[in-house]
Amino acid sequence: MLSYLTQRLAGAVLVVFGVISIVFLLIHLIPGDPVEIMLGEAASATDREALRVALGLDQPVMLQFTHYLHGLLQLDLGTSLQSRRSVTDLLLERLPATLLLAGVTLAVTLAMALPLGVFAAVRRGSPWDDGAMTFSMLGVSIPNFWLGPLLILVFSLWLGWFPVSGREGVGSVVLPALTLSTGLAAVLSRMVRSSMLEVLGEDYIRTARAKGLPPHRVIFHHGLRNALLPVITLLGLQLGALLGGAVITETVFSWPGIGLLTIEAIQSRDYPVVQACVLLISVGYVLVNLLTDIAYAWADPRIRLGGGG
Amino acid sequence: MRVWFPAGVLALWGLLAISVWILPLTPNLIHLEHILTPPGPGAWLGYDDLGRDIGERLLVGARTSFLVAVWVVSLSALLGTAVGTVSAYWGGLWDRVIVQVIDIFLAFPGILLAIALAGLLGPGIDNVVMALAVVGWVGYARLSRAQVLSLKHREHVMAAESLGSGRVRIMIRHLLPLMAAPLIIEATFGVAAVVIAEAGLSFLGLGVQPPGASWGAMIRDGTRYMLVAPHLVLAPGAAICAVVLSVNLLGDRLRDRLDKRLITATGET
Repeated sequence: MLSYLTQRLAGAVLVVFGVISIVFLLIHLIPGDPVEIMLGEAASATDREALRVALGLDQPVMLQFTHYLHGLLQLDLGTSLQSRRSVTDLLLERLPATLLLAGVTLAVTLAMALPLGVFAAVRRGSPWDDGAMTFSMLGVSIPNFWLGPLLILVFSLWLGWFPVSGREGVGSVVLPALTLSTGLAAVLSRMVRSSMLEVLGEDYIRTARAKGLPPHRVIFHHGLRNALLPVITLLGLQLGALLGGAVITETVFSWPGIGLLTIEAIQSRDYPVVQACVLLISVGYVLVNLLTDIAYAWADPRIRLGGGG
Repeated sequence: MRVWFPAGVLALWGLLAISVWILPLTPNLIHLEHILTPPGPGAWLGYDDLGRDIGERLLVGARTSFLVAVWVVSLSALLGTAVGTVSAYWGGLWDRVIVQVIDIFLAFPGILLAIALAGLLGPGIDNVVMALAVVGWVGYARLSRAQVLSLKHREHVMAAESLGSGRVRIMIRHLLPLMAAPLIIEATFGVAAVVIAEAGLSFLGLGVQPPGASWGAMIRDGTRYMLVAPHLVLAPGAAICAVVLSVNLLGDRLRDRLDKRLITATGET
């Protein structure tokens, strides 16, 4: 287990370093002079020079990178060009909303995907199965930026059950979470189904049935528990992506999380904030995946002992 | 039915995209008297918030998504396959570097990197294609690398090597044909992903700029008038769904058809 852990950790550190490098380089990808784009062509030479110095763009690239890394180590992500506030504070302000949305979404996703997948597998070939797989196909194909407005139209504008946007009251999290869950549950229920089908064909399921266990015990205790292992990995990937803030869904609902902050920063050309958002989201994604892998290895000795690769 | 319906939808998509160059369309013509008019005999899909014909804008949007899909999928499939194949076949340090680069690119969830790139490069359809290709090549690289790793010790490759075939010849003549099936499946699903991604970027205001039309931008513009004129949002969304659903259905069928060869090619079950 220990060698597996160190191996995975070392890999994650390398990846995080790579991510930091790419995020750092992003600002240098801007065609032309980033300072000019930020200030517009009408800006005076003095203002431009001041911003250039403020961003450290007057220094050699390697030196800028060292400064950037140095700042990161102290959790200093720079200052927002727009609000002149510390980027770290801005992120911390938005993080709770994104975490809340991610948590609710995950719960809704599981509540949709597990029953659907299990039912579809147990009643393979039945209308249940067809229905679940049709839902899955539709769910994968409907983009969040369309499903979101549709849900707003029906549940906010026509029925008036939930607020249209923003984060006010308990009800406001329902529609964004539902929007995000549909796509995720569509993918997850397929995975649960195929994993469940595989497990239900195993010898130990036949044994459990033969010794006269009631069907629900066979399905949930012997079947689902084993079928969930591969599902964990996918769930980890999904949670990681969620923590990163579903940029589009947060924009649809004006949900004040990291995703919306990213878009706001892009629109106001607040490059330090864009960099920080992308960095936070990606590093969060890497960390969640790392934890998933570790949890997976902990649950499945075949991996931690090196057999399963 | 299960193949013809999605195939028909996709053919229609392509035809509509091409028809934009031929038909005498006026997608930017403003009819002030028709602002937010619902569908009727004059315009099947009604008029938008500026009084423009939604049907005609939908056609132009079809061209946008079609062109972006073709460009992004071709660019990323070519680049990714080349990188993955060469990396796996050459092996050694080069391969380890590539694996690391792939891992780093995979660390950006979803289209986040594309959003950031498109945002920083500035709006415009060229930048959308570039941003999506930069993100898209990784999938093909990973897939082709895995394929080559399992194929390169096959007897026919060794036979070609011992007969003195060059590395490039072996990759193109002896490896690529066997990798074609999974790559085609990946590219098919890639079309669906790109259509959604392009519309998503345009929805965020990072794609096609006015007065150009994109399904995503049409949805964004329509959300402001949802209570009075829901048809603004419904038409482009339904178009995206129809195309993406068709591509996914076809991809599934294709995977079922080619699955047998997939199993022998990758050794997976």
